[in-house]
Amino acid sequence: MYKFILAIRYLLKRRIAYFAVFAVALCVFIVVVVMTVMTGLVSDFRQKNHRFAGDCVVGTESLVGFVYYEDFVKILDQEDVVEGVSAVIKSYALVSPVGTERNVGVEIMGVEPVRHSRATEFGETLHHHRDDVSKAFEPVYEPNLMGCVIGIDMVLSRDSRGRYSYDSGPPVPGLAVSCFPLTAKGALAKAGAGLVNTKTFYYSDTSHSGLARVDSSMIYLPFDQAQMLCGMGEPVKRTNAIHIKFKPDVKLEAGCERVASLWRDFRREKANQKNANLLEKVTVQSWKNYRRAFIAAMEKEQAMMIVMFALVGITTVFIVFVVSYMIISHKSKDIGILKSIGVSNANVMLLFLCFAFLVGFLGSAIGVLGGWRFLVHINEIEQWLYEKFEFQPLWDRTIYAIDDIPNTIDLKVLGVIILSAIAACLAGVLLPCRQAARQKPVETLQVSQL
Amino acid sequence: MPAGCQAKAGRDFAGEPIMNKDDFILKAEGIYKSYRMGVTEVEVLKGVDLGVKKGEFVAIVGASGSGKSTLLHILGALDRPDKGVVAFEGRDLNRYSGGELNRFRNKMVGFVFQFYHLLDELSVLENVFLPVMVSKGIIGWFGCRRRARSRAGELLGELGLGERANHKPYQLSGGERQRVAIGRALMNEPSILLADEPTGNLDSATGNGILEAFEKLNQAGQTIVMVSHDERVAQRAGRIVTLSDGKIRQT
Repeated sequence: MYKFILAIRYLLKRRIAYFAVFAVALCVFIVVVVMTVMTGLVSDFRQKNHRFAGDCVVGTESLVGFVYYEDFVKILDQEDVVEGVSAVIKSYALVSPVGTERNVGVEIMGVEPVRHSRATEFGETLHHHRDDVSKAFEPVYEPNLMGCVIGIDMVLSRDSRGRYSYDSGPPVPGLAVSCFPLTAKGALAKAGAGLVNTKTFYYSDTSHSGLARVDSSMIYLPFDQAQMLCGMGEPVKRTNAIHIKFKPDVKLEAGCERVASLWRDFRREKANQKNANLLEKVTVQSWKNYRRAFIAAMEKEQAMMIVMFALVGITTVFIVFVVSYMIISHKSKDIGILKSIGVSNANVMLLFLCFAFLVGFLGSAIGVLGGWRFLVHINEIEQWLYEKFEFQPLWDRTIYAIDDIPNTIDLKVLGVIILSAIAACLAGVLLPCRQAARQKPVETLQVSQL
Repeated sequence: MPAGCQAKAGRDFAGEPIMNKDDFILKAEGIYKSYRMGVTEVEVLKGVDLGVKKGEFVAIVGASGSGKSTLLHILGALDRPDKGVVAFEGRDLNRYSGGELNRFRNKMVGFVFQFYHLLDELSVLENVFLPVMVSKGIIGWFGCRRRARSRAGELLGELGLGERANHKPYQLSGGERQRVAIGRALMNEPSILLADEPTGNLDSATGNGILEAFEKLNQAGQTIVMVSHDERVAQRAGRIVTLSDGKIRQT
């Protein structure tokens, strides 16, 4: 009991201990704010990728695609674990606004909007047709025209608050989309003839997935049109990927494993049929693996942040070490007194470990409270800075696809930060308290030492 | 006395049989101790033999630097001799484990130092009952804290400090602080009180009060070993031994 009482009194009565608490609080505050924002960004990015890809993707990187997808879609439709299935054409195209000579390379994605909205959250990304996805490719100004959905950043720009303006009507005229159709063997389908398939589509909607790369380079076309443009409609129909959404109670790994098992059986069944070789390069991946290349970069940034803040943590360890060293040097007489009345070396150590724990706990509590208050108002603060000084300290919304600064505190992250801060304090006090425990009472109580 | 804070009757805290009343409660034989000061080795104690009987009031006198405090620290197990044996109730302190030595310092001896050595962060009352708190875990302490507080209050009352219980040590005079130190030393009703120049930092009137308190305690049966460089102070003890040239001379 005396250990707690003395540790609390040392903390309250030694002004230098306040510096240690302040250092820990400051460190925790910074880490809470940065980790919350960073974790929020990564989590948001992962969610956006999940919404974009669905739960599982059966597909190939090859632009040639694979055959017999309709049969496999039928199999998946009958599966208990599956909620939605959508076959998708993925390719590249040259796009020219009608009446201009300009053209730009884009990615195209051929989807059946209703099916695709069941397998992914495609419908939620639309602006005009969110409530009736079946009409996603019907331009509101002329429903009979062949529509296309355009990645929002290709046609609209963001204002300083990150909002898009739809006020000025259709942002683009018709777009001439040109693709290079490929045969099932990967050769140009129209070699020697016109080479390209071109068709004009009219703006029907924008898609705002929140993924910068997708929103700035993707055009969605009706599935059959995209299939035709890419030469995948005949003689045997092909597609590039099948996006799958599992029912809510199905675990991702279990669902993917089930689909993989179905795919293995399907491949075996089709092994002797025409173009079955195209099935060989098809993989079954969870959305995490499918979008790994994009997510990994973000996670790497987060990992680097953690490493950098671990270095900040080392500074805290050093500050606690110095403060503890000074306090223990000041309190050598107390250590002698305690030993003279029977306190063991281990209990002397425990006393100062207790002190360090209190420094860590109090510092963490102050840092977490401060960080939490700051995060609650972080968007208001940023807005105020922008309105007052036209200063947007974190992300220029006209450039970055970020709506609000993420400020939802993850309790797990918070727990890790608090425990790390306390562990850092205990690590900082370890050497000084070991030294304290080894002090000989006769030396500390000598008149010459007082 | 706080419950569970003392050894059982007839046995010491380590469970060893307690010696007869006429035997030495504390006996030092052939104690040698030297210190290194720079390159030179200073031999302070050169074969000290000393026996203290139960209920005795022994004063150790000697010139400054003669090794009085060193001997007292060795007797109280605050320091170890280079050579020789200190036996408490017949048992060699060298054979005590670390835990037993801690319990010995906590329960069997009470130290009174020249500079009081109170903890500034604790109140007077807390300083006095600190030895009981040290001997208990959290649960044990909650079990006996009322009795400990009450005993500490009684001790302070007997020492004339009943009104000062909630003061901090720095709010007291030197004499009052020394009486608090005596209270702390007596808290666990130790077998021996070891006092190192207890009046050395006090004026003569205050020092006299401290010595009177020692005399009263001794009359009540408390064994006391006191170190002093002042012959007049030592005269208050029942027996005086002089430490000279690293050895004991009986007076």
